[in-house]
Amino acid sequence: MIQVSGLRKAFGAVQALDGIDLAVAGGTVLGLLGPNGAGKTTAVRVLATLARPDAGSARVAGFDVVREPREVRRSIGLAGQFAAVDPNLTGRENLLLAGRLAHLRPPAARRRAGELLERFGLTDAGRRTAGTYSGGMRRRLDLAAALVAEPLVVFLDEPTTGLDPASRADLWSVVRELVAAGTTVLLTTQYLEEADQLADRIAVIDAGRVVAEGTPAELKSRLAATRLVVQLPTEDAVRTASARLAGIGTGVPAVDPGAQTVVLEVADGPAALTEVVRRLDAAGVAVRGLSLTEPSLDQVFLSLTSRAA
Amino acid sequence: MSTGTTTSAGPDRADALRPVGRPGRPPAQEYRPLLGWAVTDALTVTRRNLVGQLRQPQILVFAAIQPIMFTLLFRYVFGGAITVPGVDYVDYLMAGVFVQTVVFGGIATAVGLTEDLASGVVDRFRSLPMARSAVLTGRVLADVARNLLSITLMVAVGLAVGFRPDSVAGLLAAVGLLLLLGVAFSWYYALVGLVVGNAEAAQAAGFLVIFPLTFASSAFVPTGSMPGWLRAFADNQPITAAIDAIRALVLGQPLGEVVPVALAWIAAITVVMAALAITRYRRAR
Ligand SMILES: Nc1ncnc2c1ncn2[C@@H]1O[C@H](COP(=O)(O)OP(=O)(O)OP(=O)(O)O)[C@@H](O)[C@H]1O
Ligand SMILES: [Mg+2]
Repeated sequence: MIQVSGLRKAFGAVQALDGIDLAVAGGTVLGLLGPNGAGKTTAVRVLATLARPDAGSARVAGFDVVREPREVRRSIGLAGQFAAVDPNLTGRENLLLAGRLAHLRPPAARRRAGELLERFGLTDAGRRTAGTYSGGMRRRLDLAAALVAEPLVVFLDEPTTGLDPASRADLWSVVRELVAAGTTVLLTTQYLEEADQLADRIAVIDAGRVVAEGTPAELKSRLAATRLVVQLPTEDAVRTASARLAGIGTGVPAVDPGAQTVVLEVADGPAALTEVVRRLDAAGVAVRGLSLTEPSLDQVFLSLTSRAA
Repeated sequence: MSTGTTTSAGPDRADALRPVGRPGRPPAQEYRPLLGWAVTDALTVTRRNLVGQLRQPQILVFAAIQPIMFTLLFRYVFGGAITVPGVDYVDYLMAGVFVQTVVFGGIATAVGLTEDLASGVVDRFRSLPMARSAVLTGRVLADVARNLLSITLMVAVGLAVGFRPDSVAGLLAAVGLLLLLGVAFSWYYALVGLVVGNAEAAQAAGFLVIFPLTFASSAFVPTGSMPGWLRAFADNQPITAAIDAIRALVLGQPLGEVVPVALAWIAAITVVMAALAITRYRRAR
């Protein structure tokens, strides 16, 4: 339903999208996960025909976003990162406007506005101007406006940012309902938990590139390496230990001289523990402590998207 | 593309979600309205803009107070000291006030457009299959409606302070010309709104051009009383051209020279500003 290949977009010197490839099957949810400035909004804007890519191609619902923008617009609904509601119109009028401009017949637009106000708990508020709404109500109205034309593909840019836990749970159930009805959803989020809850597949993007892609389970098993932390008494010991422990686990031992620790990422914790003890004992290095930790998903996310390296 | 309902969850879920989204709706729901979509969408956006303005009465009131103040100021404070050969000053003055009303009033378009850009409303519009032109034409048409209202108000105010147009036909023709002038300046303000980022800047940038044009014109005093260099400017700029034509229409003076000049200015401003604004709107993506 969505195919993206080699998508690039720069703003001046900033390469917001640096060659993105994505594929989203019909009736599934793709979670686009990334930190601030990763390029999530830019990707959504290109897919929703609001921004023109510099290179690469993207098809949504079978149509090319550059060459067939009008056909794409007939197939999509967009709820942007910041609620785009008209403060001078009532909630109902906002939905009627969206319906009319989506070219629904007037009776269909009215029926749809009523249905959506009810579904989003805005039936009473629908008579007030949206300028009087709370942030969460505005977001719900914005989402409702995105769904007016019953789009095949829905883009939600950080849909739960700024929502309280109850509204967030409600939005999650809306997404699940949409998908159950066959809608394809691309949602961006900064929260791994959210992607884990909602997405069939997750693409982690950072600095305009996809740095990991897969089902939530795949990502967890592929990335959630166990960490083995060796605490040492002196900086000398840290140096010796890091030299002796090279080769255990994946990658190079990470040395933190301030905390006087050496950290290893390992696949098999207990086996690595035995090996570490054997090697350090042979080298005559005293150890202050040893621990095995399963990193949280958030740590995985941070390690994937850290720009420090 | 498959438009069939490809359900990934159990079939029993389908009922619970009925109100939210039934994809696979055949695109046949798309229909052709009587006037075509470009017009229909423009009217939809026009109505939305007018409703928005009516719901901000404080803005409308201030917009109306300004020309009323100018009318009273020049009619009763400065008017006694200004003599225009051959006409009552109040009859001379109102043509200037009408043009000033229309030209200043358009600032609402610049401000409204920057607000729509900043709030994401324009993004929502761009994500819909509506006619793209409707965002700008909807602004211009809303201005026409608002100008009709404000011109009517100012004619009433004028009549109340002693303004006596030569003929009803002349007055109606003047109103028509004022509306055309309003369209020209709406495009100018649309361009300003698209180019500058925020409402305050749009207001400042709009006035920067409009203020000197309005006051260095024949709006309140004949240009003959100005120093030579200023007069050279005042005699050859669009606001003076428009005012002279409106004045000729309401006072029943000869039209042959002034009206074509005013129409030429209006056409030129409309074409140039509309082209620039539309190009700018298209490019921002
Ligand atoms: N219109 C623009 N002009 C200049 N730079 C831009 C523009 N839009 C985005 N950028 C830059 O492109 C990069 C990606 O921005 P984008 O908004 O796509 O990130 P994001 O992942 O949505 O971030 P956030 O989580 O903060 O919303 C950032 O460095 C941003 O500064
Ligand atoms: Mg963003």
